[in-house]
Amino acid sequence: MTNHRIAGKGRVDHGRPVHFTFNGTRYEGFQGDTLASALLANGVHLVGRSFKYHRPRGILAAGSEEPNALVGVTHGPGRFEPNTRATVLEISQGLSTNSQNHWPSLKRDIGAVNDAAYMLFSAGFYYKTFMWPKSFWNKVYEPFIRGAAGLGVSPTQPDPDTYASRHVHCDVLVVGAGPAGIAAALSAGRSGAKVILLDEQAEFGGSLLSETDASIDGRSGWDWLTMAMTELAALDNVTLLPRTTAIGYYHQNFVGLCQRLTDHLADVPQGTPRERMWKVRAAQVVLAQGAIERPLVFHGNDRPGVMLAGAARTYLNRYGVKVGQSALVVTTHDSAWLAAFDLAKAEGKVVAIVDLRPNISSHLRAKADSLGIEVLAGWTVTGTSGRLRIKSARVRPADPTAGGARTIACDVLMMSGGWTPSVHLFSHTKGKLNWHEEEQAFLPGEHAEASRTVGAGNGSFGLAKALAEGAEAGADAASDAGYNGRSAQYMVTDETELTGIRVRELPTDQNPGKAKAFVDFQNDVTAKDIRLAVREGFKSIEHVKRYTTNGMATDQGKTSNINGLAIAADAVGAPVPAVGLTTFRPPYTPTTFGAFAGYNRGRLFEVTRKTPIDGWAEAKGAAFEPVSLWRRAWYFPQAGEDMHAAVARECAAVRASVGIFDASTLGKIEIVGPDAAEFMNRMYTNPWTKLAPGRCRYGLLLGEDGFIRDDGVIGRMAPDRFHVTTTTGGAARVLNMMEDYLQTEWPDLKVWLTSTTEQWAVIALQGPNARRLLEPLVEGIDLSDDAFPHMAVAEGHICGVPTRLFRVSFTGERGYEVNVPARYGRAIWEKLFADGQAYGITPYGTETMHVLRAEKGYIIVGQDTDGTLTPDDAALGWAIGKAKPDFVGKRSLTRPDMLKKDRKQLVGLLTDDPMMVLEEGAQIVFDPNQPIPMKMVGHVTSAYWSASLNRSIAFGVVEGGHSRMGETIYIPMPDRTLSAKITGMVFVDPENSRLNA
Amino acid sequence: MLLIHCPYCNAERPEVEFAYAGEAHIARPTDPSQLDDDQWRDHLYIRSNPRGLHYERWRHIHGCGRFFNAARDTLSDKFVTTYKASLPRPQIVQSEDTP
Repeated sequence: MTNHRIAGKGRVDHGRPVHFTFNGTRYEGFQGDTLASALLANGVHLVGRSFKYHRPRGILAAGSEEPNALVGVTHGPGRFEPNTRATVLEISQGLSTNSQNHWPSLKRDIGAVNDAAYMLFSAGFYYKTFMWPKSFWNKVYEPFIRGAAGLGVSPTQPDPDTYASRHVHCDVLVVGAGPAGIAAALSAGRSGAKVILLDEQAEFGGSLLSETDASIDGRSGWDWLTMAMTELAALDNVTLLPRTTAIGYYHQNFVGLCQRLTDHLADVPQGTPRERMWKVRAAQVVLAQGAIERPLVFHGNDRPGVMLAGAARTYLNRYGVKVGQSALVVTTHDSAWLAAFDLAKAEGKVVAIVDLRPNISSHLRAKADSLGIEVLAGWTVTGTSGRLRIKSARVRPADPTAGGARTIACDVLMMSGGWTPSVHLFSHTKGKLNWHEEEQAFLPGEHAEASRTVGAGNGSFGLAKALAEGAEAGADAASDAGYNGRSAQYMVTDETELTGIRVRELPTDQNPGKAKAFVDFQNDVTAKDIRLAVREGFKSIEHVKRYTTNGMATDQGKTSNINGLAIAADAVGAPVPAVGLTTFRPPYTPTTFGAFAGYNRGRLFEVTRKTPIDGWAEAKGAAFEPVSLWRRAWYFPQAGEDMHAAVARECAAVRASVGIFDASTLGKIEIVGPDAAEFMNRMYTNPWTKLAPGRCRYGLLLGEDGFIRDDGVIGRMAPDRFHVTTTTGGAARVLNMMEDYLQTEWPDLKVWLTSTTEQWAVIALQGPNARRLLEPLVEGIDLSDDAFPHMAVAEGHICGVPTRLFRVSFTGERGYEVNVPARYGRAIWEKLFADGQAYGITPYGTETMHVLRAEKGYIIVGQDTDGTLTPDDAALGWAIGKAKPDFVGKRSLTRPDMLKKDRKQLVGLLTDDPMMVLEEGAQIVFDPNQPIPMKMVGHVTSAYWSASLNRSIAFGVVEGGHSRMGETIYIPMPDRTLSAKITGMVFVDPENSRLNA
Repeated sequence: MLLIHCPYCNAERPEVEFAYAGEAHIARPTDPSQLDDDQWRDHLYIRSNPRGLHYERWRHIHGCGRFFNAARDTLSDKFVTTYKASLPRPQIVQSEDTP
């Protein structure tokens, strides 16, 4: 294969060859190459197949705006990344890359039949062509379209890399290290301000790296660059971040930077994160994002070998690569002429410059003449040929009445439609864009943040303007940040003033309805598609974008938005600013999920709360389940037991003797103060005034809307002190709600709220032998039933440790909850477990707790209620203090909707087949024979196997359920329909005799 | 990420320390039983939802824990001011381009 590298030219290290593979073929590039430059150096233009039509595609650009050259990259085992742009991927020794979206091979791709079926795949094709017959969509059309269209495949392995993140503050953040950004950083840095200068590329310099003409202060551009970067590197107050993309610009100068740390390395040092997300809060921001060259829109403009002229110039000057042996230049802008001159001077062959403009400045024409380049001014291109690489282009005068079409042979076509200022980050801030007729571009208007835009991104093209504007903005930004910023003067010589015109499409004498003139290369959108969308009634640019998908690919339309907008505006018959620009959104370029996740993955994604007794349960081999952020012991399987067997054994043990349960996760709030009882009266439905110290009460908490929010047993420790318990998941929510009312509605109440959830370990002893086990260990509390009946609470000691002892039951058995300071929790648990051996004490988990409470008809808020149940719906009307004038939610309970008879009400359900356990969440119907879709009248909320009853039990909500006792309801399941009878909710011991057994 | 000024801490802190708490200056009636069904419905559910200046409640939940009020522009997301929960709604003259 021909080597297209010019010996010694460019900024790559010709002394350091780097070997890599592309589609299995081994190639050589140099240190400093991107995959794109290295492939071009080897004469490889064909790098991929297009999204929809599978058309052969080459490298279009030289930067992050590249729409075509997307490759799959393997950095090692498990390190596969799809859709990486070859133009930003630095090669390293042993890098393995592959092209995408083709079968069986890049050169012979079956999917290319789509290209022949071009007329079928126009804008909105999936809404039209494939709508009939209806049943074909899911089974035939969609799988086919999804299979045929697409880019790379997702990785299948977990990402083995680590990702870092860092918060940082600075005075001046400079985005983009081209000449404008560097000048800004110099001015700001010299003032002593804390400066961050970043660039997405590996090397700083931006457009300076691509040209060899200009000189600054009497030095070559490259020498000046070296000097400037040396000065910046020496400043302690300046941080330089190469390979770093400003992905998003958020409120109050908060900017996200994604820095790539290892992808360019062949050998990654152990423990190095792959990427780092910088979260920067800057006092001042200078945006120096530069500009992106626009492609020209003409038939066959996507053939491999057709590329942006500026990109070809970059490959030549920066990488020392001639992109072709005979180049045709097609342009509407002067800048492509400079690319042609550079190529000709490097002894590349430029066959002709085709410029749509009839009048070309005399010095450009003279230069072309001196280099022997044919000039076709006022001419256009109407098509190209070549299957896997351009072979020729058809050119003719733009004037349709003139004759003289010619075919010019070439192996590369360098095009330029002018330059679009990059205003992406400015747009993230909702800054207003203004249309500038002269520059034919949207430029930043008033800045919404403390920021400035400089250089080409501000429409100030050319090196001299970029340096001047950057130097001044850097100084002003430093001054605004409190430093004494001073601008600098730079003398630029040998710079050519460049101008151009913007066109929507190149004029043609061919049928535009058949032209494959691509606007969005990545999503395969043509000019014809956009005109069709407008013809079908889409006038808003946001609608045109979504209907055609123009600008919606992974490149976010960096090369296509303005061309698409111009064509749409023309079709609508309105000026460009009237049609408007689509919205730019973060991230600026595709960003890895890893960078966003940072450290927050695996165990660090979410905290796991553990009780003081968790370690004991783990040692006993407990199975765990997550309950909000807690992990709780679910059941304690013994050898050979499954969950069903373990739970049946645990349930039986509690009812027969005594079980021990870790209830430490219960939410706990200490409510203290002279007005504590009044506060409780206002918050909870129940009356509290007459509850004596030393007694407990079930408390029910509503929202102001009257629906059940939480519940729990509340002990009155003293006239001015309540020990409130909440559900495990509701603790923080309840405290927040209480604080809200206390701070904002009743600030006059003298009450203090303290979360004590993690201060108390709670050990529940449940079963007829609970008192016998407990009594010898407790001091200072008389445990006799007379002195300490059900729903009593007292303070004393257990094993010498202070305790708040509750006589409560969530099982229906005699029950105690031992609260001890958390640090004693495990010791007291172990002591109770040891002494409990005499009674065959059995540890049980949350599943057994659920079964036992359901047997007794106790609800779990959040499982049996869902935020739409009133106390009456849940059969908890008895918990309402009827005499109280007010409490949170009281007024809502008499709203008309809350009194309707057909509200969904919580009831017990007994299946007609006692062996059948219902599925929680299953839908309930009254008539199983009605046509589908059936009317759902409720759902199953809880369902268990009850070992005590040797049958299944369940709760459910059913419309009007309380007045339907004994009726049969139906639960349609995928394989059969189950039936059940509506019953009360208490299945075991309705007389509560076991509470004192 | 927004920076929010807590009027109790008198400090500007990142948004993650705070929790939004709905529209401000909707006092719970002293005696809800005096309200008819429509009035109570309005108290519960009807909110101003303006395009532009919005008076709203925030809680410095991972800081001092206090609820406070803020005036924020729903178009730009920008906070105009924050103030203590007990204070009346401040009069704010809006700029021309915010409705």
